[in-house]
Amino acid sequence: MMLFTLVILPLIGGFLACWSQRVHQDAPKWIAAICTLVTLAFLISIKLTNNIENLELWLVDEPRAWIPRLNITAHLAMDGLSFVLLLLTLLMGLVGLSSAWSEINQHKGFFYGNYLWTLAGIIGVFLAMDLLLFFVFWEVMLVPMYFLIAIWGNENRRYAALKFFLFTQAGGLLMLLSIIALTVIHYQQTGILSFDYQVLVQSPIQSELAKWICLGFIIAFIVKLPAFPFHTWLPDAHTQAPTPASIILAAVLLKTGGYGLLRFVLPLFPESAQFWAPLMMTLAGVSIIYGAIMAFSQTDLKRLVAYSSVSHMGFVLLGCFSFNFYALQGAVMQMLAHGLSTSALFMLVGLIQHRFHTRDLNHLGGLWHTLPKLSAMGLFFGVASLGMPGMGNFIAELLVLLGAFKQAPIFAIVASSGLILAAVYSLRMIQKSFFGMNLNLETSFSDKKSSDNSSKNDLDNSSAGLRAKRLNDAHTHHITDLSVKEGLTLMLMCLGLIIMGLHPQPIFTLVNSSLMEILSLIQSPLQPESPLLEVQL
Amino acid sequence: MEILLSLIPLLPLLSACLLLFWQPKIATTQVIGVGSVSLAALLALSLNIALWDQTQFVLQTSLGQWLTIDKLSLNFTLYLDPLSLVMITIITCIGALIHLYSACYMKEDADICRFFVYLNLFVSAMLFLVLADNLILLYLGWEGVGLCSYLLIGFWYREVKNSQAANKAFIITRIGDTAMLIGIILIFYQFDTLNIQQIQAHSQQLLQNSELLTKGGAGIISLCCLLLFAGAAGKSAQVPLHSWLPDAMAGPTPVSALIHAATMVTAGIYLVARNMELFSLAPDVLHFIAIVGVITLILGATSALAQTDLKRILAYSTISQLGYMFLALGAGSASAAVFHLMTHAFFKALLFLSAGALIYCMHHEKDIFKMGGLRKSQPLLALSFGIGCAALASLPMTSGFFSKELILEQTLLAQQPLLWWGGVIGAFFTALYSAKLFFVIFFGKLNRPSTHNTPRAMAAVLIALMLLSLIGGIQPQGVFAHFTALEQSQIPAPSLSALEHWLPIILPVLTVILAWFLFIKGVFTPDSQPSQSSVSIKQQLERFLHSGWAFDSLYHLILIKPFRLISKYNHRDIIDQLYRQLERLSSLLYRQLSRFQTGQLRHYSTSLVIFCILAIAWGLTL
Repeated sequence: MMLFTLVILPLIGGFLACWSQRVHQDAPKWIAAICTLVTLAFLISIKLTNNIENLELWLVDEPRAWIPRLNITAHLAMDGLSFVLLLLTLLMGLVGLSSAWSEINQHKGFFYGNYLWTLAGIIGVFLAMDLLLFFVFWEVMLVPMYFLIAIWGNENRRYAALKFFLFTQAGGLLMLLSIIALTVIHYQQTGILSFDYQVLVQSPIQSELAKWICLGFIIAFIVKLPAFPFHTWLPDAHTQAPTPASIILAAVLLKTGGYGLLRFVLPLFPESAQFWAPLMMTLAGVSIIYGAIMAFSQTDLKRLVAYSSVSHMGFVLLGCFSFNFYALQGAVMQMLAHGLSTSALFMLVGLIQHRFHTRDLNHLGGLWHTLPKLSAMGLFFGVASLGMPGMGNFIAELLVLLGAFKQAPIFAIVASSGLILAAVYSLRMIQKSFFGMNLNLETSFSDKKSSDNSSKNDLDNSSAGLRAKRLNDAHTHHITDLSVKEGLTLMLMCLGLIIMGLHPQPIFTLVNSSLMEILSLIQSPLQPESPLLEVQL
Repeated sequence: MEILLSLIPLLPLLSACLLLFWQPKIATTQVIGVGSVSLAALLALSLNIALWDQTQFVLQTSLGQWLTIDKLSLNFTLYLDPLSLVMITIITCIGALIHLYSACYMKEDADICRFFVYLNLFVSAMLFLVLADNLILLYLGWEGVGLCSYLLIGFWYREVKNSQAANKAFIITRIGDTAMLIGIILIFYQFDTLNIQQIQAHSQQLLQNSELLTKGGAGIISLCCLLLFAGAAGKSAQVPLHSWLPDAMAGPTPVSALIHAATMVTAGIYLVARNMELFSLAPDVLHFIAIVGVITLILGATSALAQTDLKRILAYSTISQLGYMFLALGAGSASAAVFHLMTHAFFKALLFLSAGALIYCMHHEKDIFKMGGLRKSQPLLALSFGIGCAALASLPMTSGFFSKELILEQTLLAQQPLLWWGGVIGAFFTALYSAKLFFVIFFGKLNRPSTHNTPRAMAAVLIALMLLSLIGGIQPQGVFAHFTALEQSQIPAPSLSALEHWLPIILPVLTVILAWFLFIKGVFTPDSQPSQSSVSIKQQLERFLHSGWAFDSLYHLILIKPFRLISKYNHRDIIDQLYRQLERLSSLLYRQLSRFQTGQLRHYSTSLVIFCILAIAWGLTL
């Protein structure tokens, strides 16, 4: 029952939070925080009570009949890979709560309810072993997220929420079709009707259709990842989502795509995955470069960070389809490191937006002078996301490149140019927002300029108004640097990234056996590796 | 002794963290910032004394494990041998002197604490770079110094120009670094290890039994070397990745002295010297390095001649001197390169620090033609500039003389007369611009009086560096004898002809005399009337040289402009527009189709009838 508790706790917590608003305005957020903490404690206790030193693949395994007629089971299991992702989910859940704490003031009960339900869905996705159950959780995390964006978002929230929903739902539909096709073919070939992962993995299906079923899964996952050309929902969703939702979206929701690739696509379709590998590596390369170029051309900070996510998650895709151990370890590491660094960046953007009521790079600048602590944090995470050695992102990118180089040197070289472009857009972001002239002086200057233009259209008018408001704020010294709570949250995330960069071994050991298993499944049909000297460039 | 070794890079790191979180008062900041590096310098000196008699020694200490995956195993292991000992001695000693200087130079800056955090962090990263025993740890230090350089160039962040210069420096070096990272990955697959010593040992084996090396293998190793050199060229400002260094002068002057003259820019030389056995497997690449070095040294020296900004002159001069070091490496003589690295660290730090003091005294005036006749009012600076310029011009008996002689001699020994001539021409220009620099500032008529005097701490640092610049070239056996292992050439030394022996010695002296007549006697003056109607060739040449051979405009044209164009036109994401069209199409269909739903019975019955007729007609035709 242990793993079910992990899912049920936030589910119940969500209902409780909804209801508790009637008792007190602040009750929902306390319930959400306590619920997340309890779940976290529970997760860690599971990890501690189950001896992980013996290299058994599944730490905990809990099958239970659900719809016996179709042999659908409520089967949850956890291994090292799920564990690290669950840990990330809950920790980032706490970070998101920290940023929601004072930002969300409307419909608090429903907000925290949706928040916890999303978490529950994500936890379920990372645990589900039955494909149909996986699909159910996949939808469960989607719907509350839709509400989070559509209700508490910014000016264009309905559009963004609908876009987010349609993209992922289209992917989800493909996945459902693929799941059914897979089971049916498996039934025809073996006579066993089962949606269970561990049953299906035993005998990969031999069929012409396997390729297309595999593609269905892949598309569902790379829409979520997101990879080029399915990435366009992400910038809109991020820009319009409230900061806590952005954090969950960037830190965890995207990772379900990578997890799906690792957990389902590679083991279930070893041959088809290799068939699609060149295409997927191309998409990964394009995502890395295209995302970086798009990030450079944005002026909205949140859009910039969102496109940088596209670029970073390209490394995950590249790592997954490189089919070797370094690359897989790198892909997992990239998911974790990107989860930390990007959600921290979103949190920082949220803080900036909260203080200045704008995210436009052209209206920001010289923040270092007013907010040295916040800017120092921004500098740190900006530098982390450009892959500075000593932080988790570097280890991840190094391993992915190392692994990809073995498989396909060309793609590794193309992807490594993403490192240069990452420097270009990160430094631009840092320079435009934190460096430059003092805020007050610049504001009065740009106000003068924009007042000439403002007659042209209404949009400019409103932004001029915003800027005037900001000017007032700056004059009356309402703007304060990081509060203790914000500072502490960000410091912990810094620490996490540095630990990942300097002592990543515990994480590697945790996911070691899961990745070994995946690799052994995929490499069995693989021909012996070619001698290294004949690497073709 | 191992503990001492591990303390050397950790001390500055510790003090950087301490300053970052504590943010103490100015005096405490100065004490902690300077003290930690001085302590590291003392430790390095004591290691020198302890190891003085030994010619071949290796000291290793591990700070912990980094990661182990499959064959990839990385540790935080520090590795000390003669080469890295020389490097850490230079870094910590020059570093300590410059820290002391900047404690005085920056004391009126409100952000002095941030300054010392960056500076200490830099020293620590640089020490990790030179002490690393594997290539990834080296890369950690490599990127770390790049980051600190970025932060310090943009230290005065309010000026947009400064942070742009910082971005430029970081991005250009990053291009080299990425190439280097690919090279490291390639090396890993070639040698199955990233431990530098194992790679060297393996390369030596391959060198001795050349039949082990297949043709393809040789090609891959050449490629590895080329990629590593790309990293080195980025960091050490070699053509074509040199254009960031002159702009990097936007940072505070002590930073220019420490990072952009004495230490960080020499990391490339260290990288090649450290991997000399690997590089000697690829003689073509070594030859290429020598050619790049010669091109760079001539480019730097001629461009320095055309500059008017004091710090930019010194920056181009640094580029040119780094070119000499790469020439030496290309000639296969790592010891000559490292020797020049050391003397260059002395005299270039001296020149930069004197320049800093001078700029400070002249109220932030950097144009040398607006100074003049300062030898009376600033005797100390005149002396320090004199010594620095003499060493730069490699006048006999200064430290620069010995090292540059050695490089030119080694080039001849490697039988590269053409490159030797390149080096000699470079030496001519070097002497010319150093003499010009000195004469224009300190002789001639007094343009503008200076008011400040040099503070005492700064003066002490300058005197120490003056002594080093003068006597630093007297080859201490302890430094030099160790490098025999790095020597590649076993060719019996052909005797040099009289011309080859004497020309490099006489040339600088002659050039200085020439410069006296050119710049002081007024044969050549900067064009005071730029408004001449016809642009003469001389002016065009001067403009070309002033822009550092116009590399910036080239990059602007072929890289920056297209990139900006793409991002401008694709600002709205073309892929997203496709989806938008889909959306538009569906709403169009919706609008068109919903027209049929009028709610009027006659419309529905009409369409029903039409449908029936069509269906029957279709059925009949089948």
